[in-house]
Amino acid sequence: MYIIIGGGGDIGYYLTKTLLNQGHEVLLLEKDATRYQALSEELGEAVVRGDACEARVMEDAGVKRADVVIAVTGEDDDNLVICQMAKRRFNVNRTIARLNNPKHEKIFQKLGIDITVSPTKAILSLIEAEIPTTRFVPLMKLRRAGLDFVELRIPAESPTIGKTLREINLPRNSNLALIVRNNQPIIPNADTVIEEDDEIFALVSPEGEDAIRKAFGALG
Amino acid sequence: MKIVILGCGRVGATLANMMDRAGHQVSVIDYSSEAFQRLDPDFKGETILGNGVDEDILIRAGIKDADAFAAVTNGDNRNIMASQIAKEIFHVKKVVCRIYDPIRERTYHELGLETFCPTTIGAQMLAEALLGEPAAAKAAQQDEKQ
Repeated sequence: MYIIIGGGGDIGYYLTKTLLNQGHEVLLLEKDATRYQALSEELGEAVVRGDACEARVMEDAGVKRADVVIAVTGEDDDNLVICQMAKRRFNVNRTIARLNNPKHEKIFQKLGIDITVSPTKAILSLIEAEIPTTRFVPLMKLRRAGLDFVELRIPAESPTIGKTLREINLPRNSNLALIVRNNQPIIPNADTVIEEDDEIFALVSPEGEDAIRKAFGALG
Repeated sequence: MKIVILGCGRVGATLANMMDRAGHQVSVIDYSSEAFQRLDPDFKGETILGNGVDEDILIRAGIKDADAFAAVTNGDNRNIMASQIAKEIFHVKKVVCRIYDPIRERTYHELGLETFCPTTIGAQMLAEALLGEPAAAKAAQQDEKQ
């Protein structure tokens, strides 16, 4: 794959290195002269000095044949413009943007950015998952499938304790992928019995989220 | 009319003063409090300190019931993002976005944003001043073909 990365901060640097090691063709764009110098000493021709927001720079980088454009600068507005220009002007198939403000997820999706990654939100989710009172944690959005990957912890008062999955009314378009009980993974089937403190990992459509929370009594 | 202006530089402040004097309800956003010194001493509108691509700041400036929004910060990308938030999320009827980079301006204009490029307009006016109107129009046409 040919991958263009905008923004040579730490994320851009490690991303470039890793993708090169995986055998991809990678071009990293960095606009700051001093930072570019430092990057080029190690990455050589894989890094070019230029602003990925500029159409000419992107054209010279061969954006028209790029499979993916990834924008990982520290500014959300720059990341938005890099991805929108790539997508709308140069018809790049897949664009990925780093979000510094997790609240920008909605506007990025609305404006056609394919994938957004928010380190702030990822860390928040991890913290939520570690707090025992939290019963429901959205882990990951599978945008193209239209599904969310979520984690539920079965509370003591759950009406499902002692019941088999067959007896529980699960919403359509939801699929229990895994149950973790006493640090042991269990692949659930219709005869699996739910116990208190089970951690359930499920794929569920956004509309089905409330239903699955209610079904398991995991409302928190 | 209720107008939100993002950026209180020379253009933003001049525009804010004009709109205020014309009797409109104006809010100006800038991330530097010093910028607000450019406003008239008797400016009656509101000043909001903060980042204009932050929805909370826009809400505080009254974007939810604004009739018009103008993005005139120094950053093209900030203007582009804020204008799209105003248009797509808050459904402001009239949104105008200043973009210095002519290529970026053309792209976002094609995408349906109401854009304004001082670079192209300024260069055209200078060409007219230097060459006279017909010759300047011809030069502009040639430039567009490139």
